[in-house]
Amino acid sequence: MTKQEALFEYCLRLGDTSLILGQRVSEWCGHAPILEEDIAMSNISLDLIGQARIILTYAGEVEGKGRTEDDLAYLRDARQFRNLLLVEQPNGDFAMTMARHFLVSVYNFHLYNLLSKSSDATISAFAAKSLKEIAYHVRHSSDWVIRLGDGTAESRTKMQTALNDLWYYTDDMFQADEVDALLFKEGIAAEMNDVRKLWHQTVSDTVKKSGLELPVANNALRMGSRDGNHTEYLGYILAEMQFLPRAYPDAKW
Amino acid sequence: MLNGNELPMKTDVSHIRKLLEAVLDPEVPALSISDLGILRDVKENPEGFEIIITPTFTGCPAMKTIEENINDVLHENGITDFKITTVLSPAWTTDWMTEEGKVKLKAYGIAPPTWSTEQHLKAMLEGKKEKVECPFCNSSNTKLTSPFGSTACKALHYCDNCHQPFEEFKCH
Repeated sequence: MTKQEALFEYCLRLGDTSLILGQRVSEWCGHAPILEEDIAMSNISLDLIGQARIILTYAGEVEGKGRTEDDLAYLRDARQFRNLLLVEQPNGDFAMTMARHFLVSVYNFHLYNLLSKSSDATISAFAAKSLKEIAYHVRHSSDWVIRLGDGTAESRTKMQTALNDLWYYTDDMFQADEVDALLFKEGIAAEMNDVRKLWHQTVSDTVKKSGLELPVANNALRMGSRDGNHTEYLGYILAEMQFLPRAYPDAKW
Repeated sequence: MLNGNELPMKTDVSHIRKLLEAVLDPEVPALSISDLGILRDVKENPEGFEIIITPTFTGCPAMKTIEENINDVLHENGITDFKITTVLSPAWTTDWMTEEGKVKLKAYGIAPPTWSTEQHLKAMLEGKKEKVECPFCNSSNTKLTSPFGSTACKALHYCDNCHQPFEEFKCH
């Protein structure tokens, strides 16, 4: 694997995670439990899609085959997507969406903080810029984990169930392979063990504050996003997200 | 085609800067792109002028309109030898908002960002919520309704003194 191939792959992991999470969160538009949350969801989705655009554009440049952000977003199939398994999981109820957002935002926060010192100028600029937006996402989703965890018996049960169910996909976030190793050596990528430690600390602190229990994973955790082995849900997301550009390839509006 | 009445005007960087003061943020039309720090630089290169801008938020849908408005203003003034470049680094921050910009923002009814980005990020990670001054009655007896507002750059607050909801330009 060359450095160029590794960097392309790394950008897809970052960009696809933002893109698919942004698409998922946007499903709440018009359906959130209160108006303020409806607005918040659309804002968060916009941040994520903005982040995806920057890094997928860069992925296309690194690859050097003339693919644009749109080509990468709309004209790849599920097996070519590199987003984390966690972000493609269904929205479920509001607690499930917030728990998912909390787990992945804390991850992105620590990852981008490390990447803001990347030796790759575009990755470090992207990370420093996105970090400020992600900080808002961390605070917002943490507030909801605490509010629901420390709320009524019903809200507590829903948030605990959400954390327990999603925990199954958290190991997938930290699986480092030769792409990470090669780019870490170049000073481009972050060390995933460092991200894991930081993530675990922040997640534990917030879960403790909420009065919930940190899930214990006794069963084998689900992994595979690095190789494009997704859960059944990604295909349905792509079917909706990619329909228009695939049905009308040269559509302009 | 040129005739005697339409001689090409000799232009320079400061003239372009002056013209660009007319380009307002479409979502916060009280402020120009210079007040907001979106306009980073104007350079004169051998092949023409370069207008350098940076997005406030990565997903800011106003960026395309801002580019179009820059294009329009310069073309209307007969300037065509320019290109617009978007840069991401250094990342845009509300620390760049001019004092004049903050005054204009408040007069428009939006609370300006009060903290520096660094203070804000630290407070946010410690779970503290900033008290924002109401732009209508100047009271600090306010509360955050939602950190996300009508545009990516604004948060929603409520003033317990004058009972008026208001928006804040978020520290960023």
